[in-house]
Amino acid sequence: MASPRMSSRASAYSALLPAFIVLAVVYIGSTVWTMWMSLTGSRMLPNNNFVGLRNYEILFSNDRWITSVHNLAFFGVLFVAISLALGFLLAVAIDQKVRSEDSWRSVYLYPYSMSFVVTGLVWQWLLNPTLGIQKLVRDMGFETFTFDWIAHAETVLYCLVIAGVWHAAGLVMAIMLAGLRGVDEDIWKAARVDGLPTWRVYASVVTPMLGASFATAGVLLSTSVVRLYDLSVAMTRGGPGIASEVPAKFVMDHLFERANISLATAAATSMLITVIAVVAPYMYWRTRVAARGRA
Amino acid sequence: MSLQSEVDIRDVSVRFGNVQVLEKLNLKIAPSEFIVLLGPSGCGKSTLLNAIAGLLDVSDGQMWIGGRNVTWEEPKDRGIAMVFQSYALYPRMSVKKNMSFGLEVAGTPRAEIEARVAEAAQMLKLTPLLERKPAALSGGQRQRVAIGRALVRKVGVYLFDEPLSNLDAQLRAELRVEIKRLHARLGATMIYVTHDQIEALTLADRIAVMQGGVIQQLAAPKDIYRRPVNRFVASFVGSPAMNFIAGRVEAGLFFHAGDYRIPLAGYAFAGAPAAGAATLGIRPEHVLAGHEAGPDAIAAKVEMVEPMGADTLIWSRLPDGASLSIRHAADAAVREGDTLPVSFPADALSVFDDTPAGARL
Ligand SMILES: Nc1ncnc2c1ncn2[C@@H]1O[C@H](COP(=O)(O)OP(=O)(O)OP(=O)(O)O)[C@@H](O)[C@H]1O
Ligand SMILES: [Mg+2]
Repeated sequence: MASPRMSSRASAYSALLPAFIVLAVVYIGSTVWTMWMSLTGSRMLPNNNFVGLRNYEILFSNDRWITSVHNLAFFGVLFVAISLALGFLLAVAIDQKVRSEDSWRSVYLYPYSMSFVVTGLVWQWLLNPTLGIQKLVRDMGFETFTFDWIAHAETVLYCLVIAGVWHAAGLVMAIMLAGLRGVDEDIWKAARVDGLPTWRVYASVVTPMLGASFATAGVLLSTSVVRLYDLSVAMTRGGPGIASEVPAKFVMDHLFERANISLATAAATSMLITVIAVVAPYMYWRTRVAARGRA
Repeated sequence: MSLQSEVDIRDVSVRFGNVQVLEKLNLKIAPSEFIVLLGPSGCGKSTLLNAIAGLLDVSDGQMWIGGRNVTWEEPKDRGIAMVFQSYALYPRMSVKKNMSFGLEVAGTPRAEIEARVAEAAQMLKLTPLLERKPAALSGGQRQRVAIGRALVRKVGVYLFDEPLSNLDAQLRAELRVEIKRLHARLGATMIYVTHDQIEALTLADRIAVMQGGVIQQLAAPKDIYRRPVNRFVASFVGSPAMNFIAGRVEAGLFFHAGDYRIPLAGYAFAGAPAAGAATLGIRPEHVLAGHEAGPDAIAAKVEMVEPMGADTLIWSRLPDGASLSIRHAADAAVREGDTLPVSFPADALSVFDDTPAGARL
C-alpha cells in the first residue's frame, strides 16, 4: 500500500523538478543578481566592485527617475480607478439583458487582445494633432477645435491613461460581468419585493458582493501599471521632454542605451521593494481574512 | 397587527415565449387562509407564485389582492411579502439591516422600523443574532431571517416558495411548526409552495394540487387525501402511495378484477354508477388484513415485510398479479410467503374511470 504511493509522489516531484529549477535559477537567481549588481559599480559590463548604496543616492537625486516615479503613481491611480469604474459600468450595462450581448462582450474585450505596442501606436496616431481626432474634427468644419494633449507636458499623462483604459476596461468588464452573473436571481427578486430601485440594489447589495471581482481586477490592473513601458515608448517615447517617462523605461534605457548597469539595477530593485511593500501587507490581510472565514 | 387580504386569480395565463406554463388559471383565496400549492417539479408552482408577487408579467387575466386589481402593479405595491427557497438574504448586511433595509429605502420612520424589527426578531427568536452577517448563521437561522424580512413589511399576503427544502429533516419539522404558529398569530393570508406532501397536509387550510400548470384539485387536506378527484392526485398524495387495481365496475355494484370481486355497496359514487372498465384505489392503511378481513376476504401473497417502527409495511400480490401494499400493526406476525386474507372497506375506496385523466367515479 505505502510503496506505490511513495513512488507516485516521487514521480510527481521529479516531474515538477525542472519547473522548480527554472523558478530557482531564472526568477530568484536573477532577482538576487539584480540586487547585487545595484550595490556594485558596474557600468557597461557587470563587475563586482562593492560600492554600498551609492547607486541609490544617485538614483534618488536623479530628476528623470523622480519624474518617472511620480508619473507612474499618477498614471496608476487614474488608470486603475477609471478602468475599474468604467469596466464595472459596462458590465452593469450589459447585465441589463441587452440584445446581442455576445457581440457587445467581444467588442469590449477586443482591445485587450492587442499588445500595448499596437494600442500605443493606434492612440499615438489618434491623438496626434496633425493626423488624428483634432484634424478629423477640424476637417468637418470646426476650425478652432483643439485636442493636442499629447503634445503638452502637463497633459500627456492623460493620453497614456486614455489608451490604457481603452485597453483594459473590457477585461474589467468581463470579470465584473462574471461576478454579476454569479448573484443569485432570488436576491434580485427579494429586492424587487422590498421595493429597492435597481440602482440601489447595485450600490448597496450587489457591489459589496463583488469584492473578489474587484480585487482580481485590481491586482491584474496593478501589475500592468508596474510593467508600464511599451505604452510610453510607442505613444510618446517618454516625451515631451521627460513628461511621460516611467520607471521601467528608465531601467531599460540605462541598461541598454546608457550602459549603466548598476543604476538600472538599483532602479529595478527599488521598484521590486515598492511592490513588495505594497503587496505584503495585502497578502497578510488576505490570509487573515481567509483564516477568519474558515474559523 | 392583523392585515388580511383575499387573493383572487382570474383566468391568469403565463407564457414564456411560446411555452404556455399556466393557462386560464382561477384561484380564489379567502382572507387569512393558508393555501399550499403542491405538485411535482416543473408544474408551474413557482411561476404562479411569482405571478402573484408581480415578479413576472401575466400574459392574460387579472390578479386581485385585497380587493384591488394589481395585475400591473409593482411587487412592492401589491401588499405582499415573499420568502425564497435560497433565502436570498443580502449577504453583506447584518441580520438587522436585512430586515430594515427595505423599510429604510421606503422612508418608514426610524422608530417604526426599530419597533417592527424588534417585534419580528422576538417572534422568530432572532434577537441575539441581530448584528451577525448571514454567512455566520445556520441554514435554519438564515431562513428565519428571510421570514423576518417578510414579516416587517406588515402586509396582508405572505408568499413562500419552498422555504424549507434546503434544510435537513429535523429543522424542517421545527420551522414547519413555527410557520404554522406564525400563521395562527398573524392571521394573514399565506400561499405556500412545496412539493413535500407532509408540509402540505400539516400546514394547509386548503391544498391546490397542480400538474402541468393546471390545478387538479383544490380542497382541504383531508378531502385531498380521502377523496382525490383523479388518479394523479391520488397517486401524488400519500406515502407509501395508494394501491391501484385495474378491473371493471359491474352492475350489482361489484368491482371485478381477475377472478375476485370487491363489493362496492356503500361507496359514494359521484354520479350514477355505470358499468365499465375502471381502476380501484385504496390506501395501504385502509386495507383490512388478517382476522379483520372478514368472510369475503381475498387471499394476498406476502412478498416482503418492512418493519417501520410504529407500524409494518407489507408488500403483497393479489391473485390477478396486482401488487398491494398494506400498512399493518407493528406486532403483526406476518412473514414472507404467507397468505394473508385482505378486504377493502367500500367507504375507504376510490374508483376512477379509465380515461387518461382517470376521473373519480
Ligand atoms: N424563464 C423561463 N423560460 C422558459 N420556461 C420557463 C421559465 N421559467 C420556468 N419555465 C418553465 O415553466 C415550467 C414551470 O416552472 P416552475 O418553476 O413554475 O416549476 P415549479 O413547479 O416551481 O417546479 P419546482 O418544484 O422544480 O420548483 C417548467 O416547465 C419550466 O421549464
Ligand atoms: Mg419552484
